[in-house]
Amino acid sequence: MEFSLSEDQRMLQDSLKGVLSQSASLDQIRKIAVGDAGAVRALEAALEDFGLASLLLPEAAGGLGLGLLDACLVQEALGYHIAPSRFLASALAAVALADNPGLLGGDAKFGLAVTEMASRRDGAGLSLKAGKLSGTALLAISAEEATHLLAADAKGGLHVVDAAGAKAAPMQTIDRTRTFHAVTLSGVKVLSTAKANDRFLAAARLLVAADTLGAAQAMIDKAVAYAAERQQFGRVIGSFQAVKHMCAEMAAKLEPGRALIWHAAHALDIGDAEGPVMANLAKAYLAEAGTFIARTATEVHGGMGFTDLVGLHYWFKRIGVNRQLFGSPEQARQTAAQLQGLVA
Amino acid sequence: MKLDLDPEYEAFRANVSETLTKNRHLAPTSEDKGYKNARRIAWQKLLIEHGLAARTIPKAYGGYGGEADILKARIIAEEFARSRVPGPMAGQGISMLVPTLLELGTEAQKQAYIRPTIEGEMIWCQGYSEPGAGSDLAALRTSAVEDGDHYVINGSKIWTSTAKQADMIFCLVRTDPAAKKHEGITYITFPMSMPGIEVRPLVDMTGSANFNEVFFTNVRVPKSGVIYQPNKGWQVANATLTHERGMLGDPNATKARFLELVTLMKGESVNGQPLIANPMLCDRLMQLQAEVYAMQANGLRITTSRLKGEQAGIAGLIVKLNGCDLNHEIARLAIDALGELGILYEDGEHLRSDGSWQWRYMYDLGLIIGGGTAQIQKNIIAERGLNMPREPKLAKA
Repeated sequence: MEFSLSEDQRMLQDSLKGVLSQSASLDQIRKIAVGDAGAVRALEAALEDFGLASLLLPEAAGGLGLGLLDACLVQEALGYHIAPSRFLASALAAVALADNPGLLGGDAKFGLAVTEMASRRDGAGLSLKAGKLSGTALLAISAEEATHLLAADAKGGLHVVDAAGAKAAPMQTIDRTRTFHAVTLSGVKVLSTAKANDRFLAAARLLVAADTLGAAQAMIDKAVAYAAERQQFGRVIGSFQAVKHMCAEMAAKLEPGRALIWHAAHALDIGDAEGPVMANLAKAYLAEAGTFIARTATEVHGGMGFTDLVGLHYWFKRIGVNRQLFGSPEQARQTAAQLQGLVA
Repeated sequence: MKLDLDPEYEAFRANVSETLTKNRHLAPTSEDKGYKNARRIAWQKLLIEHGLAARTIPKAYGGYGGEADILKARIIAEEFARSRVPGPMAGQGISMLVPTLLELGTEAQKQAYIRPTIEGEMIWCQGYSEPGAGSDLAALRTSAVEDGDHYVINGSKIWTSTAKQADMIFCLVRTDPAAKKHEGITYITFPMSMPGIEVRPLVDMTGSANFNEVFFTNVRVPKSGVIYQPNKGWQVANATLTHERGMLGDPNATKARFLELVTLMKGESVNGQPLIANPMLCDRLMQLQAEVYAMQANGLRITTSRLKGEQAGIAGLIVKLNGCDLNHEIARLAIDALGELGILYEDGEHLRSDGSWQWRYMYDLGLIIGGGTAQIQKNIIAERGLNMPREPKLAKA
């Protein structure tokens, strides 16, 4: 038995963090947040050089064929540096098209229009008719410059369409570092349909949980560092138990979440039946722990935490968006209960 | 990442499971009360014989004489939890004194105490905390003054579980009042039957006396009871406190409780609906399940660190804090799920689960406080796990 990361996995994460600390500095992120196209491209290029796109592609499609645990480590590093990236969409495309990897290779860039898997809304949603998709999908991810869209219909089907047939209108969220779109399709031909299954939604939720793990860890690190520097009443505030306990509570909540993500990802990778349950619970757990940490780390920074000067709010908002993405913690827990047959 | 066990360990698990199944008819039941109950002692001896208790204690001292193997220890704990067969005895003598003796005791002390302790024939209590020395344990004031081959002990201890039943006590006393507070303490053992010892039960919120106060008035104790060396008691005690912290918050025990809660919520109905069908209750159950899974995975991570001889870091430091809190929360949900019937206690026709949820809810609060309070745990996590600065010491007035 060995419940730990392999040497390769640690190296993958460390080297990616190295790239991100150069290419996704807070200054860069600030530029991206105000829509600086050059900054977006520079970060994208750095991640392409790193080879992010090919990590999860099956070996047959020219990739490395890594698993979900590896993907979680990547997503965690991206969350730590609040870096926007196409990785989430391409990782989930690789999960959805595992049986049909032909579409994944080459210059394919996937966008993701799957919020309907978690929440169907009045006045939105996609429907399938005679092999064609029509309607509007909300909060699509990485839709800009996508060649293909992975889109969920109202009945849980998962389809690939050519992105050229889609009209994308920006949707502004609290998180300006990442872009979201309302994507409208009018009778766009379906190129391929993947089997919708528990595994896809579980993987989507798990990857978002991993992103929150990284962002929340960054917030703890920043809070602890700030508490070691900031002086009041003639001592560093980190020597006050009131502040120390806030930091200890953050660490005590987050650290088991890390092990839970590893366990859930491994279980999904080996096809363990408990995998989807664990992944849904990991999403809910990290959403709750992340929200607590986003608030508490901000409070440790006092008034400065509330300002734009420190930029802590970028992490706060990353965690806030992640909490709702692909379903709220309540929805993820409901899925976990359904998967176990505890409720209908 | 590899979660399955090597065939050697799977075979070991099958063996443990078979031993438990074959012998479970010999296990003590709720009828077998009291510390020196013959059936309980016989069961303990049988478990030692099969290597399911006192596994790593050398044969010469009455143990099984097995090699330390973290995975086997884990498998044994899991099989007891899974089969619900009563596990080995776990008093403070077994879990804290015996490891200390093995590390620091003389040969004569090992010979005299280990065998009867692990077999359940010799019961121990722990004399650490005092009315004025709780979280600040090193402030203890019970004095031991040299008198020839003896110490004369005066003072009092509190939170002493099993003091009424104990044959022996292992105790921290102040032998050098002039030394710095950590340097004048001695770890000493002596019989509870000595003249001048008075035990008063301390009734707690559960309604029973799970702890006691112990008073010493001119108790003459032979110096041969000292473990290791005089005035080195703080180091000796720290060896045992590590063992205590390891016991509290075990994720396997928490998982077993969680499964009991699931059974309760599926089996009990209100207004013709099982409790689990109430979406509010189900959501709370899933919140707890996420934490149970997380602490289990955290436990696997710690086991791997120990197998590799590495420090577990924050993952290890949070177990007592999180585990005890989680147990308390599981009991809280069980009570809420039962609604009005959740308030029944101790006895009566409509009692559910023998009233154990209310008992646990209260007792677990005691465990959140005991064995290093939640606040002390947070200090430890912050200072050792996050390298945050220590509280500055007050200037002496």
